[in-house]
Amino acid sequence: MVISSPLESASSLTQTPIINDFAFTVATQNGSGSQTSNNVLVKTLFDMGIPVNGKNLFPSNIKGLPTWYTIRASKFGYTARRYQTEIVVAYNPDTAAEDIAKLPENGVCILPADWNWTHSRTDITYYEVPVKDLMAKTDIPSDFKKRVENMTYVGAVAQLFSIPLDMIYTALLANFNGKAKAADMNMQVIRLAYEYFEANVEKRDPYRFEPMDETRGKILITGNEAGALGSIFGGVNLVAWYPITPSTSLVDAVISFKHLRTDPETGKSTLAVVQAEDELAAAGMILGAGWTGARAMTATSGPGISLMSEFSGLAYFAEIPCVIWDITRMGPSTGLPTRTSQGDLLFIHFLGHGDTRQIVLMPGTCEEAFEFGWRSFDIADRMQAPVFVASDLDLGMNNWMAEPFQYPTEPIQRGKVLDEEGLRSFIEQHGKWGRYMDVDGDGVGYRTLPGTDHPMAAYFTRGTGHNPMATYSERSDDWIENMQRLHRKIETARALLEKEIPPVVDVSAGAEVGIITFGTNEPAIDEARDYLASRGIQTDYLRVRALPLPSAVTEFIQSHQRVYVVENNFDGQLCQIISLEHKQSLEHVTSLALGDGLPMTAHWVVEQIVAREGK
Amino acid sequence: MGRTAKTNKIGLTREEYKGSKSTLCPGCGHDSISNQIISTAYEMGIEQHRIVKLSGIGCSSKTPAYFLGRSHGFNSLHGRMPSVATGALMGNPELHAIAVSGDGDTGSIGLGQFKHVIRRNVPFVYVIENNGVYGLTKGQFSATADEGQYLKYYGKNHMPPIDLCLEAIIAGATFVARSFSGDAKQVQSLLQAALRHHGTAVIDIISPCVTFNNDPSSTKSYPYGKEHQIALHEIQVLAPDYVEGKEEITIPEYDEGEVIEVDMHDGTVVMLKRLAQDHDPRNRLQAISALEQAQRDNLFITGLIYYEEPRQTLAETENLLHASFARLPDRLNRPSEQALADVIKNFM
Repeated sequence: MVISSPLESASSLTQTPIINDFAFTVATQNGSGSQTSNNVLVKTLFDMGIPVNGKNLFPSNIKGLPTWYTIRASKFGYTARRYQTEIVVAYNPDTAAEDIAKLPENGVCILPADWNWTHSRTDITYYEVPVKDLMAKTDIPSDFKKRVENMTYVGAVAQLFSIPLDMIYTALLANFNGKAKAADMNMQVIRLAYEYFEANVEKRDPYRFEPMDETRGKILITGNEAGALGSIFGGVNLVAWYPITPSTSLVDAVISFKHLRTDPETGKSTLAVVQAEDELAAAGMILGAGWTGARAMTATSGPGISLMSEFSGLAYFAEIPCVIWDITRMGPSTGLPTRTSQGDLLFIHFLGHGDTRQIVLMPGTCEEAFEFGWRSFDIADRMQAPVFVASDLDLGMNNWMAEPFQYPTEPIQRGKVLDEEGLRSFIEQHGKWGRYMDVDGDGVGYRTLPGTDHPMAAYFTRGTGHNPMATYSERSDDWIENMQRLHRKIETARALLEKEIPPVVDVSAGAEVGIITFGTNEPAIDEARDYLASRGIQTDYLRVRALPLPSAVTEFIQSHQRVYVVENNFDGQLCQIISLEHKQSLEHVTSLALGDGLPMTAHWVVEQIVAREGK
Repeated sequence: MGRTAKTNKIGLTREEYKGSKSTLCPGCGHDSISNQIISTAYEMGIEQHRIVKLSGIGCSSKTPAYFLGRSHGFNSLHGRMPSVATGALMGNPELHAIAVSGDGDTGSIGLGQFKHVIRRNVPFVYVIENNGVYGLTKGQFSATADEGQYLKYYGKNHMPPIDLCLEAIIAGATFVARSFSGDAKQVQSLLQAALRHHGTAVIDIISPCVTFNNDPSSTKSYPYGKEHQIALHEIQVLAPDYVEGKEEITIPEYDEGEVIEVDMHDGTVVMLKRLAQDHDPRNRLQAISALEQAQRDNLFITGLIYYEEPRQTLAETENLLHASFARLPDRLNRPSEQALADVIKNFM
């Protein structure tokens, strides 16, 4: 079997070298500067050409609470979180006992020598780092010492597992934006630890890194950076927002790329970023801008989405384009602010009181976060509707390998907008113009923008009942006609999305078993499918990338004997949406819903499906 | 453009500045304000497509449908007009905006947005049609209702009122005025000045509710307003041509000491002829204490209460291109393929 088994690899270790196929957990205290050490390790492995993924499992806290970072290297290219890691860097005394207990047989524990920790497990290897002694040898000013202490484990890891120091230095420099002084200070500590291990410590474990050539041409980026960059290239003119984890870094990234939107002639910008007083105001601002034809977006998470629900209903009903990113975290309520989730899907698909059905895009990769970043604006303008992008903390805040992003394939599409000339010819052709007249039969009217210099251009936008001429109406027939048109529009959106953002489908196995999912579960499912195949369970696969639900889902369900809908929320929300839309029997469809706050593992997927397939 | 007796300088009749028919109660103060907006825009020769009308929810917020029928309008959510106005003027900084709100809309559910839009100095006219009562829900007290006031359905009001002019000044407004819907001349001159202001211009207009709050004992009633309004000054706006650019302004002669000249950003001069009190609107502390004093005396002072040279607007703070973004060529809204390649290199 060529595939590393997520269930068995941990327990089947021997002293045969294990190269580029293992995972670390780095346990530290929040705010101790470990983010730098971990980023540098991930970047170095990436630069060595080894497929790698780093995940930050952090607390909702500024300083002191425990935080874990997992780094997985996989020569097979697997990037999902590992159920168990072979190595732990136990640098947090508060959690060390538990962290060490979690190690598999033949695991490795790296911990500070200063603790004089009892080596109670005989089935693992302990390595001790004399943190205090090493730090005493540096000439680093005492103010900085605490902040660079974590670099001692970087040096230990580098020596033990064969990471070249010069490559670590390159990654350090990149991390500090080329500032040699900061990089040198950190490097001094790394080198001291490295040299200590080289001279004094005998390697007693089988794990080792070796350079590969699997990351050439790839990039390492977070989903929030990718989404921000996509929005910049999508022509966003206004980002109105209110800080909330885990979406804040998306707006931070927009700000960092904002210079790309400076008009060289005037030195003026075509993009403003406004920090609003709350999410209500952020949503109001993007509606105001979208109404004038500008491209506007916000980024938020569950609690912010709750506050935006009234404006979302208005945008749906008054038909105003805008883009809302939901970097989903655990709810209900404040929930777990720093833990990942796919638990907002039902809420945002139906966001707004009354009969509302919102468009949702669900990126699962950084390439998609970039693409949906720009495409969401085209879809919003063409559908004259809000577009939600349901990302999550795992995609948004963690570093992922990705192919370099593809420049938008089409020019900016603003949909049905009538300028002075357009309005003239529309009236010539149809005798009159009304904002909500459906002359094309696709549910999408023609809009004029404020500032249009034509005596008939103005209309009154409202969240109250209206007729095709956009005038106030309380008549039942007008109401029904309007709702029917909005439903035609939903069908138009479904067809458009099915064409432009079709589901990812793999039916190459021609299997009886089908797996349906969305978003960031793909790495775990990919790995699980390989493993299941090795156990004789072939599976087909479909990943939904947009709502309203594509009709391909119906075909997929009908053409498989048993279907599992795998998702990372507690209630099986995608499965619920499928059951609403899918008219045939669903007896053979099973919801596999997790929702434990952590990125999904192949282990869990395999366990669930094996239990049901009985093999 | 030629003028006739019946058209303004851009050749439109007053009729062409009207909106649809009002559905408010006959005699509502709000309708008088709509009429003043119509007259002001007509007199100034405003091109309606350059204006957007915005509002929240409530009786007052219905009124943008009743004036400037050739301007785009947006009747948004309760208390949220300021954020929508902010977005609209950031989405197209070439637009001007007239927004209408009520005392419930601004003083209760929207108090936060009211203060923050002022703080950001979004350049628009913010009219509050203040009647101290919730009309559409049949007569509850609003946050501007007088302490001790009695209403038929709700009995006595035990809470002190929020003074929206005071709130505006404290929030950093650079143009704060108060008027009475029955005072057509003053409302019009304040609107004229506000339309030329380079920042958020707040006009709190006491506008009696003929159905729920017109008892002579209420400070928001017609009889009370007529008796207790103290106009601080007579206002005259001497303006360069709104459409065709600046013309020389000749200032008529007033007696020294009786006239305050307020120079506005676009070259307009607002002449304030002192009446009842010695009030200089350029003095923030004096404006605050005048409002305090009036509240204690159960009076309301009207006119331009506070004015200062406006600071940067939000679009200026953001160094925003003065343009309608939807009409810009793609190259200004989307960086080049090379720019993407350059950024991507940093992530390799």
